[in-house]
Amino acid sequence: MRLIFDIAFTHIAGRGRQTLVAILGVAVGVGFSIAMAALMQGGQNDFVEQLVNTMPHVQITDERRAPPRQPAQDAFSTVAIYGLRPREDRRGIINPTAALAWLEDWVPGRFAPSLKTQGVIRYAGRDVGAAVIGVDPAKEQGVSPIIEDFRQGSFAALAVGGNNIVIGDTMANRLGAKLGDTVTAVSSTGLGRNFKIAGLFHTGTTARDEGEAYVLLKNAQILSERANAINEIRIKLDDPNAAPAIARRAEAELGYKSVAWQQANESILQALVIRNIIMYTVVAAIMLVAGFGIFNIISTITHEKARDIAIMKSLGFPERDMRRLFLLEGVAIGAAGSLLGWAFGLSMVYALSLVRFEIAATGQELTKLPIAWSFLHYLIAAAFALGSAAVAGYLPARRAAKLNPVDIIRGAT
Amino acid sequence: MTALIEAEGLTRVLPETVPVTLVRDIDLTVHEREFIAITGPSGSGKSSLLYLLGLLDRPTGGILRIGGKDTGPMDEDERARTRLSMLGFVFQFHFLLPEFSVRENVEIPMRRLGRLSRAEMHERSAALLASLGLEGHLDKRPDQLSGGQRQRVAVARSLANDPPVLLADEPTGSLDSKNSEQVFGILEGLVRERGKTVIAVTHDLAMAGRMHRRIHLVDGRIEAVEQDAAAGAGD
Repeated sequence: MRLIFDIAFTHIAGRGRQTLVAILGVAVGVGFSIAMAALMQGGQNDFVEQLVNTMPHVQITDERRAPPRQPAQDAFSTVAIYGLRPREDRRGIINPTAALAWLEDWVPGRFAPSLKTQGVIRYAGRDVGAAVIGVDPAKEQGVSPIIEDFRQGSFAALAVGGNNIVIGDTMANRLGAKLGDTVTAVSSTGLGRNFKIAGLFHTGTTARDEGEAYVLLKNAQILSERANAINEIRIKLDDPNAAPAIARRAEAELGYKSVAWQQANESILQALVIRNIIMYTVVAAIMLVAGFGIFNIISTITHEKARDIAIMKSLGFPERDMRRLFLLEGVAIGAAGSLLGWAFGLSMVYALSLVRFEIAATGQELTKLPIAWSFLHYLIAAAFALGSAAVAGYLPARRAAKLNPVDIIRGAT
Repeated sequence: MTALIEAEGLTRVLPETVPVTLVRDIDLTVHEREFIAITGPSGSGKSSLLYLLGLLDRPTGGILRIGGKDTGPMDEDERARTRLSMLGFVFQFHFLLPEFSVRENVEIPMRRLGRLSRAEMHERSAALLASLGLEGHLDKRPDQLSGGQRQRVAVARSLANDPPVLLADEPTGSLDSKNSEQVFGILEGLVRERGKTVIAVTHDLAMAGRMHRRIHLVDGRIEAVEQDAAAGAGD
């Protein structure tokens, strides 16, 4: 209703400075909320992106979630088995070619089969325990960003020579070995073979830089005496979000433990949820404080305008109108603050996006702050602001509407 | 002749620990074109009665009909609507909204009622103010006017929706004698020329004597009623 708008506007405009302070309070709250959300969301996106980039989206290993059923259990309905000595099955994924072919059939993405075996890398009398991973270099490149992490040599060098190995730079340091040196890899079965170091990588993850060695799949199979075996299929999906569904289906079909990246990093993703909860709690707290400012000004206006309220009621304005009037004033301040806050937040986010800094520890290239540009942040901040403004306006509005005009008019005479 | 206001046994008691009786057992019938004074010593319940008749306060007992309709079962909204269209108020103080111009003040009740277009409201407010000798002050703020002018604006505002009844609470109480005379003249003119009914609370007995009916209250009860035989409509 136009009339209520006009009166509300007159009231607000009549208290310029106080209104401005209240609007600024909301604006600062909204602005900081937006900037904080942009940073937090940016950091989170950055983090998840790194997870998604570095980890395979679905990892199928030769483990099973339950121990294998004994044939007797299938044949008889009630059977108790004691003192069983299970047959030593051939380890690894059975019939890997068929499994891969089946996966390639329906999963959109890239696949890398590998054989991971525990072993020791030996050089000049020094031993370092390592996971020796046999890979197909061409396929591995499709699922792992490791090729970008090479300090010396390259991942592709694996494919060139017959007995090449790439290891992490930390491991090389511990061994005292350099590029081109020949190290001995000893597998858990006791077999040893010599490999020439064809590359040194540095991923930044100590466990990997110190404990992983890559060789050709064939060499790993020879080393562990498991011809043609693989025990891991890693999949990089076109759509990382489809991972849980694909992992479920693969596990149901193949029977092997299939883990989606979300599942593998559940605790980290949970921590992100907690971070978000903290963020929105802080946003709510900021808005609550801004709400106090609004409450303050609307209360002051209702006190000052008590006589006008009495008059308007005596003229025939119902209580509903008076409630609307002051509610509207609160929301108007909230809305004005939100708009100003958007501008403030936008410029703050822009300024943050210009910040460049160096990480001293690694002395690496300039890094910028991770910023996420999302209109949703603006909407959420404004929603919080309007919500708190509405409450802050409504409380004094309700009280003002209940004023008995007779009390005021009598009080004035 | 239709009764605009009918009160039967109208009573208002404040529900304090020791109940305070403001008015008790008021029987009153008000017709069109009446000019009524409510008089009495301070604390006799003059204003309280006026507020009850004006639906600003709710009686604790008795029946009040306005325009033939019982106001007892009305909710706040309906009472507000009745005030808006049936009743006009003038108080001792002008009580204009200070941020709005004279014209806007007069138009606010019209806009709340919403029966006229904006152009018609403009026309009506200008005509009303002109009839009260305020044609040159349309766009002034209330604080730019003299006390008498402000009170005349308040009268104009009370007439905004052309209500049949005007309730005035000491309308000349804060004015000097010249302005008092002028405002009284206006109220008298409203009865005589426009057929309004005016009920005014006053302690000015000389002024009350020039009205058509005088209701004298003592301790919340009607003590005496004087009716001028000559004057317009009686009951």
